[in-house]
Amino acid sequence: MNRYKTELMVGVFVLMTIAALLLLALKVANQTVVTNGDTYTLYAKFENIGGLKVRSPVKVGGVTIGRVNAIKLDKDDYSPVVELTIQSEYNEFPETSSASILTSGLLGEQYIGFEPGFTIDGVENLAEGDYIEDTSSALVLEELIGQFLFSRNSEE
Amino acid sequence: MNWIQQTGRHTLERVAASGRAGLMLFGALFAAPSLKNIPLTIRQLYVVGVQSLAIIIVSGLFIGMVMALQGYTILTDYGAEGSLGPMVALSLLRELGPVVTALLFAGRAGSALTAEIGLMKATEQLSSLEMMAVDPLRRVVAPRFWAGMIAMPMLALIFSAVGILGGHLVGVDWLGVDAGSYWSIMQATVDWDKDVINGVIKSLVFALVVTWIAIFKGYDSIPTSEGISQATTQTVVFSSLAVLGLDFVLTALMFGIE
Repeated sequence: MNRYKTELMVGVFVLMTIAALLLLALKVANQTVVTNGDTYTLYAKFENIGGLKVRSPVKVGGVTIGRVNAIKLDKDDYSPVVELTIQSEYNEFPETSSASILTSGLLGEQYIGFEPGFTIDGVENLAEGDYIEDTSSALVLEELIGQFLFSRNSEE
Repeated sequence: MNWIQQTGRHTLERVAASGRAGLMLFGALFAAPSLKNIPLTIRQLYVVGVQSLAIIIVSGLFIGMVMALQGYTILTDYGAEGSLGPMVALSLLRELGPVVTALLFAGRAGSALTAEIGLMKATEQLSSLEMMAVDPLRRVVAPRFWAGMIAMPMLALIFSAVGILGGHLVGVDWLGVDAGSYWSIMQATVDWDKDVINGVIKSLVFALVVTWIAIFKGYDSIPTSEGISQATTQTVVFSSLAVLGLDFVLTALMFGIE
């Protein structure tokens, strides 16, 4: 009886750990977004990526459709290249689509805002490994302030 | 001249003690595992793990609640209450979960292990085992060591999970942070490998250090009532210091270099 009780309590302990692990995996770290289902890869070249990080979300109209997989520097023209992993579910974006680096809120994290372009004849869809041509860089606050001060000075 | 001789004697004692500790760990780790030891390990898992659950859950809950309360008052000045979730989750998973669990474990289970093994030595139970051709390393030390190694990461995970729920209780239910932003910004910030797995690795290292110190201090204690009380104190002091020092080293290795 005593041994039964001991083993029962150890079993409860193990189950509690599994519950904690599930809570951390599903609710806290959110393992499900990228690992779920097939994905394809797109590239985008920016002038400045600001505070963008690996695993930052890629959003269309606020809906997360993928994540930043890697950030590299192009050795030819020294501009950052961002590798995006997009869920295969959303694979019909035309080549005229654009990507820009946006910030959620004033102090929030940075993400890639993806804007689907227009579709006319002769425009193909973005496929695995394509580059997004139309990109706009992150707003860097220091540069903005610098420009502002510069324009103030030249007015005087 | 006397002090030079003293320095030499202390050094030799330290070296000999670390050698004995290493041999004991080796014996516990590589003692041929037998099926008979599994019930013993489960029994120790009960003593070391299940009986520590109450203190782990209560302190995890309160630490999560306090962090949410403190974080809220500061973050709300900047209108960044949404960052409460990642703040609570990251500090629990990366630091407080493994470290506080290890400190509590040293106080709750480590001291008990030292006292138990020390008393076994004082009452010559260990020698009797040897006389009966039972290896005390295998019969007494190994199950306790493995139980500690298994229990501490489990306790640390429970600690973090309960702390995050405690943060939710205070932040969302009492102070009115939006539940959606609490969870979603946490999900966007917390990385499985970088945060959760590194926290588990940390608590595995702490488990090794704390259980090792606790068992060795008991096994190597002077078999008198005074010696056992000294060994128990040393277990708590040494393992707390080792945990805090190692935590800095591990943090520097894991998160220091981007």
